[in-house]
Amino acid sequence: MYGSERIKNKRDGEDNNRKILLRMENIGKSFSGVKVLDDVSFDLKSGEVHILAGENGAGKTTLIKIIAGVHTDYEGEIWLEGQTVKFKSPHDAARKGISTIHQEMSLINSMSVEDNMFLGREKTHAGLWVDYHTQRNQVRSLLEQMEVDVAVSTLIEQCPLSVRQMIEIAKALVNEARIIIMDEPTSTLSDSEVSRLFEIIKNLKNKGCGIIYISHRLEEIYRIGDRVSILRDGRYIGTSTPQKLPPEDLIQWMVGRRISKHFPERSPLIGKECLKVENFFLPDPAGSKSWAVEDFSLCAHSGEIVGVAGLQGSGKSEFFNGLFGTYGRAAKGNIFLDGKPFNIQSPGDSINHGLALLTNERKNTGLIPFMSITRNVSLASLNKHSKWGWIRSQSEESAAAGHAKKLRIKARSLDQEIDTLSGGNQQKVVLAKWLETQPRVLLLNEPTMGVDVGAKHDIYALMNKWTAQGLAILLITSELSELLAMSDRIIVMHRGRRTAEYSGNEATQEKITRASMGETEI
Amino acid sequence: MTKNKLKTEISQKKWLRSPFIRAFAALVFVLLLGVIFNADGAFFKWDTHRDMLRHISVFAILGCGMTLVIITAGIDLSVGSILGLTAVLFSIFSLHNAWSPWVTIPACLIAGTACGVISGGLTARFKIQPFIATLAMMVFARGVAKWASGGQKISTAVLQPDGNYHYTPVPPIFNVLNSKILSDNIAVVTIIFLACIIICWIILAKLKLGRYIYAIGGNEEAARISGIPVFATKLLAYGMSGLFSAVAGICQAVQELQGDPEAGMTYELTAIAIVVIGGTNLMGGRGGIGLTFIGAMTIGYLEKILSINAVGEASRLMLTGTIIVGAVLFQKARR
Repeated sequence: MYGSERIKNKRDGEDNNRKILLRMENIGKSFSGVKVLDDVSFDLKSGEVHILAGENGAGKTTLIKIIAGVHTDYEGEIWLEGQTVKFKSPHDAARKGISTIHQEMSLINSMSVEDNMFLGREKTHAGLWVDYHTQRNQVRSLLEQMEVDVAVSTLIEQCPLSVRQMIEIAKALVNEARIIIMDEPTSTLSDSEVSRLFEIIKNLKNKGCGIIYISHRLEEIYRIGDRVSILRDGRYIGTSTPQKLPPEDLIQWMVGRRISKHFPERSPLIGKECLKVENFFLPDPAGSKSWAVEDFSLCAHSGEIVGVAGLQGSGKSEFFNGLFGTYGRAAKGNIFLDGKPFNIQSPGDSINHGLALLTNERKNTGLIPFMSITRNVSLASLNKHSKWGWIRSQSEESAAAGHAKKLRIKARSLDQEIDTLSGGNQQKVVLAKWLETQPRVLLLNEPTMGVDVGAKHDIYALMNKWTAQGLAILLITSELSELLAMSDRIIVMHRGRRTAEYSGNEATQEKITRASMGETEI
Repeated sequence: MTKNKLKTEISQKKWLRSPFIRAFAALVFVLLLGVIFNADGAFFKWDTHRDMLRHISVFAILGCGMTLVIITAGIDLSVGSILGLTAVLFSIFSLHNAWSPWVTIPACLIAGTACGVISGGLTARFKIQPFIATLAMMVFARGVAKWASGGQKISTAVLQPDGNYHYTPVPPIFNVLNSKILSDNIAVVTIIFLACIIICWIILAKLKLGRYIYAIGGNEEAARISGIPVFATKLLAYGMSGLFSAVAGICQAVQELQGDPEAGMTYELTAIAIVVIGGTNLMGGRGGIGLTFIGAMTIGYLEKILSINAVGEASRLMLTGTIIVGAVLFQKARR
């Protein structure tokens, strides 16, 4: 069965001039009897960006956790600059020059930027007193270099998501590591921040560092990758240089099947107006006296996907949350659902009126970690699945099974706890939860964040299917190509205000970028 | 062949990972201790088990409410004080005022529930941490108990205006609740405790309310965005804890035949221990009432075995502390 795969295994792009920093051979790893990595080999040279690609659940995260010393129980051998090593702990790996930028943020919310950066390796006088002076200077110069505008004493919980991600990156750099692992570092960054990150990566390469980079964004693979290795279902598929591996082949290596187009064809059937928002105001939820969203208006028709574009902090997420009632009655505006006026009250009330909100923070606001798939799916529509307060378990089980089939959720059993699933499958479960409420208007905030190519493709196809069934979708995504391909209309926000509106045909990357920077065109 | 092997391997591991099995193993361990140190066969007599069940009932009833609150990722420190307060109220109403139990019991249950609802409201509405809000209620309810009783134990001896004591007859409700049924084989309070377990099981496993409780404990923000009435659910969870504390208070009063304003001191800690030994996680979102039942049995048997072997109180406390840590470590080891 695996024979045909083996033939395809290639080792292209060998460049023997560079020193090999890290070599891993025949790595295997099992979790409770299930093999998640099987005979995987990998190496990293100094001064290169080696991309690790593959679908969610392919074993990339497990592999880097072995490198970072998180998993200490594995098969196979690791050489670090020619020496066999076996890390005892993440701390041990860090001391030997391996630094990881985690996908799941490893920052402590109640501590300051500075304290987080030096957590566990504080600069001290005589091993006792923390040398705040040196620490602070080092952090300041590093953040300045990265153009992150934040005071070192700010608490992490007060920083927006993108700043946290940059701090996460800075934390790995302050360690002066030789090997830096970046696990989807750009998923919460804006375009300009991504450019800055790539600038930083270039500097690191020049210094002779090796970078292991995990990404689900094809464009990044081609933009910064020197070599790319692909894993699928825990097995090594092959290594190549991006230049020799066109996107179609790359996707085929990753998914195991050929996906002709990244974005499925959209042929929208636009019906009558089902959401109208006028004069929408929302005070800054963080507490400053400014507006997060100011005099915003928008409409959406049944069958339509309306993209909402804007930079981080433009108020687009706040608009979604506010419209959905997350901030209660603080959000104000004239809102009409199917022509009927609608007063924002609470999430529960909005759900009853046919709104659904997929948030961009799956872990924090999307799923209940210890609950089963079934229970996560039925969570927002328990009224439907209960009678006189008693839950009808058959009803919720059959609903979950239906969604699992339609959304192609991969799981051993629907009674499995949701945090045992891969990111893409978790996202599908959260989507299923909202579909189960039978919404009229679906607010999707980053629906494909942290989701692999195959699942992304599935989600795009589902969005087309739902709109064909008469749903209206409002879409936020930080991937411009996704926004352009999927939206029938695009509305651009800047500092809480609306700056432009384009139809799907006339919108271009340049126009949207310009309008996001504040150029008005209405 | 390999696939089959893999499958059984997985199912074995899963079986070991079940918190129910782990809690049960701890209980079996304690029971084995009882079989070994059987105090000349005393451990094999049903009377020993009946007395253990009777003794643990009040704590276990508190543990029922505590379970609901802990699954919401909260804690209720006020259960012992509410027990004291309702024991005093029950005694005043039925011994001194000679009210009918049809009035007395609902009045006490309402008082207990009200205390719980207030602390629930404080945490849910004003975002006061559960530890602090229920700590305040713990102090406050104890104060009310002392004020209502004048700091005296409320017993059948009623002080008359002329300075003499008049002994009121014991109302039948005391005898009914403090009796043993099924030809003296099980105490009525134990039946009440089992009823509380069943009620909690229905709430947690069958009702929408239970699902809300788990969801809030698992991820409050996600629950809120999914349209779950977080405020009402928390109010109900803490209210229920107050209600169960009142039930426990009535049981305590009938057993002691008096209302002691000092009753229930440190009972909240035993109730928490019962929940935790069962394996319900203090972080919320995980656990269940079946675990609490096993936890109650574990602690109950442990104390009983130590007492039938005439272990002195000092050693008993030290051993209990050690074994609690042992049980929790044992459960963690398999995780």
